[in-house]
This record gives sequence, structure tokens and C-alpha cells, in this order.
Amino acid sequence: MKKILFLTSVLVVWQLSLTAQNFYEFKELPYSYSALEPYIDSTTMETHYAKHHKGYYNNFVKAMQEGNFDNKPLEQVIQNISSYSVFIRNNGGGYWNHEFFWNCMSPNKTQASNALTKAITDNFGSFENFKKEFSSAASTVFGSGWAWLIVTDSGKLKIVKTANQDNPLMDVVADKGTPILAIDVWEHAYYLKHKNLRAAYVENFWQVINWQFVSEKYADAVK
Amino acid sequence: MTFELKKLPYDPTTLNPVVSPKTFEFHHGKHLQAYVNNLNNLKTGTKFENMDLISIIKESEGPIFNNAAQIFNHEFYFDQFAPSPKSKPEGALAAAIDAAFGSFDNFKKEFSAAAVSVFGSGWAWLVVNAAGTLEITKESNAGTPLTKNQKPLLTFDVWEHAYYIDFQNRRPDHVAALWDVIDWKVIESRF
Ligand SMILES: [Fe+2]
Ligand SMILES: [Fe+2]
Repeated sequence: MKKILFLTSVLVVWQLSLTAQNFYEFKELPYSYSALEPYIDSTTMETHYAKHHKGYYNNFVKAMQEGNFDNKPLEQVIQNISSYSVFIRNNGGGYWNHEFFWNCMSPNKTQASNALTKAITDNFGSFENFKKEFSSAASTVFGSGWAWLIVTDSGKLKIVKTANQDNPLMDVVADKGTPILAIDVWEHAYYLKHKNLRAAYVENFWQVINWQFVSEKYADAVK
Repeated sequence: MTFELKKLPYDPTTLNPVVSPKTFEFHHGKHLQAYVNNLNNLKTGTKFENMDLISIIKESEGPIFNNAAQIFNHEFYFDQFAPSPKSKPEGALAAAIDAAFGSFDNFKKEFSAAAVSVFGSGWAWLVVNAAGTLEITKESNAGTPLTKNQKPLLTFDVWEHAYYIDFQNRRPDHVAALWDVIDWKVIESRF
């Protein structure tokens, strides 16, 4: 009994001494800055990851440390984002969204699983039509934001848009669901290479989608 | 009525390095031009077809509002720069700034903080509010004081396209530099 009490208190002290910075991980990019050339250039990748993504992460852990840090995994914070400040919503969103976005891309050619291919055809008529609708969503986000492919509560695929750094997991957004694919359409995602031509960036994105990751996310979501 | 791209009142190579010629080429020549083209296309065959810009902004929503408001906001933004600007306000405007913000330096500090903290795409504004006093406001995306019974005097565009070519992610550096090309003669004339 004494031993258990001792171990419990050690665990509590260890947890209390854990900072938000140690608790939340800033993950490595799953590939090099130049790996997605020529579709995504290395200068954009470096600025996007090392400045923008890192900035959101730094702001988020600082704000959590100063007020709200309670050892909650990031995904739980995101799902209950209405109980946090706007600053945490913006920066926690930016932290989660970018990590997800990096995983949505890969230098390797991959294929969608049979299950995902069937779901896309069932929901959008054809892969070509899905591509058209997703690209159109990405092109028509006004201002800064994201386009997503999500699995809804009823297991359907749906294309949705969010503003700024909101995402479909957040309890504050209108179109909720489990994200399986995302494209960042903030101007910083494409301005160095494409300037005002967002559509050219969106077209290039199709060349680097990590369909293996998207298929895994789909399988998890419908499990 | 077909809207046209308003010309810049200065040579766009003369604000370098605060705003580079390249940034003008895209910001004025592509982004503003696209808002103009989009509005002309969108309003065709609607009740907005023969309206002036301000009326469209006050009465529309969605894509027509976005493009119309962005035309106004950008023309207002581009008109306030000069290569050899009057560097600070005088007279009634200077007095109003002192009254509202304590000093011109403190006003610049508060306005810069507002511009830096707009999250996502948007604008920082100095306006005369409905009560007749000066106020610093933030708007997201195409937001504009015109729909809020406020008279705009000064604005900083903080869409990333306004500074990404010259400063990349460093919005605070862009905002700090932009004061050097604001022509207070223009701002005084708007007061
Ligand atoms: Fe981004
Ligand atoms: Fe702009």
C-alpha cells in the first residue's frame, strides 16, 4: 500500500513538472524540404514548416503553459476548443492542421485503398468529379483557410471549408467530421512560387497527395 | 457601369525597399485587377449592375461584397503612399490623434499592434467612429469601415500577399517599415 502511494505521488510530481513544451511534440517533417519539388518548392516548405508551423506551436505551448495546461492531448483540446481562448483556438489549430497537412503529402507515389476509392465514387460519382469539387472548394476559400475531405458521423465523405486555422474536429465549426485530407490555402502556402495563382498550387497538390495516409485515416474513421 | 483598375498616384518603383516593384506588380496589377474583373463579371445581370461602388458595398453580401469591398479597400490603401511623404500629421488631425491616443508615437504603437494581431487575412484601420472620435479597428478578409458608419482615414493591408514577396512571414517588420511611406498629407485630407 505504501509502495503504491509512493509511486502515485512520484507520478503526480512528474506530471506536474511536465511543461506544455515537453508534453506537446513539435514533430519532424516526414520528408526533406526539397522532397516535394517541383510541386512544392523547398523555400516554401522551409518557411512554412520552420517559421509558420513552428510559430503556431510556440504560441500554443506558451499560452497553454501560462493558463490552461492540464496534460490534455492536443486532439482533446481541439475537440473542446470552445472552452479555450481565441488565441489557443488560432494557434492550437495552426499546430494541429499543419502537422496533419504534412502527412497528407509525400514524395512517393501511393494509391488510394479499394475502400476509399469506392467511397469516393459512391459519394462524388467519380474520382474526376471529386477532384473537381475539392479543387473548387480550395480555390474558393475567401481569405485564409483550409479545404478538407471529412468523414461525417453517418460515415459519408464530405468536402468542407474552414476559415483561418479552424478545423472540422473543433466543436465551434459548422461542418464537423473526421478529417482525412487537407489543403492549406493561406497565401503563405503558395505565394513564393505561385503568387496570386492559387489554382496552380492546388493543381500541383494533386501530384503529392499521400493516398496511403488518406486511406489509413479513412479506415480509422469508418471503423 | 464597368469598373476599371485605378492607377497608382506614384511610380511603383519609388517605394522600394518598403514596398518593392514586384509587390506592386502583383498586389496592384494582379490582386486588385482580379477584384475589379470579378466584380464586373459577378454584377452583370443583377440589381448591382448600374450601382456605384459604395452602394454595392453597403447593399451586397457574399462574393459581390467581397470583391467590391476589396476594390474600395485597396484603392484607399494604395492612395495613401508617397515616395517623399509628409511624415507626421499636423493641425486638427494631430490634435485628434493626441486626444485619442496620448501621442503620435503611441498611436503608431497601438496601430502597429492591431495590424500585427489581425489573425489571418484582413485590415487594420484608423477611423472616425459614430461618436466622432478616432478609433483603431481590425477587419478580417474584405471587412471595411464603410458598412459600420465609420469614416476611414488610414489602413494597412495585412493579407499575406501585401508583404510576402518582401518580408515572407515577418509581418511585424513589414508593418514597422510601412510607416516610412505613409503620406500624412493624404490622411489629413480624409479627416
Ligand atoms: Fe500554413
Ligand atoms: Fe491586398
